[in-house]
Amino acid sequence: MSTPKPAIPGTTLFDGAQARKGYALNKMCYSFNHAGNRQAFLADEDAYCARFGLNAQQREAVRARNVLQLIAAGGNAYYLAKFAGIFGLDMQDIGAQQTGMTKDQFKARLVAARG
Amino acid sequence: MARIIGAITTSHVPAIGGAIARQLQHEPYWKPFFDGFVPVREWLAQARPDVVVMVYNDHGLNFFLDKMPTFAVGAAPQYRHADEGWGIPTVPPFQGNLDLSWHLIESLVGEDFDLTTCQEMLVDHAFTLPMALLWPDQNWPVTTVPVCINTVQFPLPSAARCWRLGEAIGRAVAAFPGDARVLIVGTGGLSHQLDGERAGFINKDFDLQFMQSLSADPRWATQFSIHQLVEKTGTQGVELLMWLAARAALGPAARQVHASYHIPISNTAAGLMLLEPVAS
Repeated sequence: MSTPKPAIPGTTLFDGAQARKGYALNKMCYSFNHAGNRQAFLADEDAYCARFGLNAQQREAVRARNVLQLIAAGGNAYYLAKFAGIFGLDMQDIGAQQTGMTKDQFKARLVAARG
Repeated sequence: MARIIGAITTSHVPAIGGAIARQLQHEPYWKPFFDGFVPVREWLAQARPDVVVMVYNDHGLNFFLDKMPTFAVGAAPQYRHADEGWGIPTVPPFQGNLDLSWHLIESLVGEDFDLTTCQEMLVDHAFTLPMALLWPDQNWPVTTVPVCINTVQFPLPSAARCWRLGEAIGRAVAAFPGDARVLIVGTGGLSHQLDGERAGFINKDFDLQFMQSLSADPRWATQFSIHQLVEKTGTQGVELLMWLAARAALGPAARQVHASYHIPISNTAAGLMLLEPVAS
């Protein structure tokens, strides 16, 4: 085993442990590269999640459309972006949701990084 | 022999694709970013590359977690973009360069890089957007060779390892028969983080120091571990690995021809650099 590294606050590295935990969820999200699969998800969300074998934690995070829960359930940002795309959410929407800000507050914080 | 004429490093934020499709280049939000490419395109018109070696990272279009190569090199006659799931418009296909692809593969494996080779390969926004920024008419005047570095699943290759990969690419191109004029493009970064409570993280001081280092002290960033780079630049800021590999391909000394930096594009500190090799 490698030496544990100090945690970075507010950050989950998508490592082997996450990749193992999130495989089914990420595989479902990867399928959303295809429009037909996005439509199938919208037509019958339960059946679509069942087809990929999501566990209860993953199913609940999908139901809640909650990015932090999806990450906790093993989701990877790049595949989750394809899930978010189904609902027309952009990266500021996702950033705002994860940081508990409004979208305008989140965008203002980005601009403030100019210093 | 072939010659590397320069390296261009740029961010590849997906929102750029939407801005191009909606022709927002002159809107106040976008203008500072797109204006950075004007001098780069002027340089391209003079430099006339005929091949691009594109060092980039796939975001779940071509590769899934079932098979996740650390380093992958394309060896396909053509590379297509495709639906990425969240609505980015697709661009015309890119012509490959099979001779250079296999020459690179022979050379890099000969230098102990264990590659995955791809005779079929989709290329995502990290490849297509830089091409569309360099050639806005999307009538690509170059053949292409994709070099993909894993930044999806940790462990990632170290900065020092990506530097050595870039050096090896430089040596391989220099030994490629013919007189091809090769442009290296490295895409990604600069600082940004999409996921977690730290989403929105940007580190201007580090980015500017990194950009300066690429001409002044190009191995500077190789002192950092991947963990340190994530801490300093964000979970996606670590894409500066592609910049390092592209810079390394130029050899020991390089001259900065152009640089621009703008905060923010989407959630990202957007950087652009053009470097030329300096003969030692």
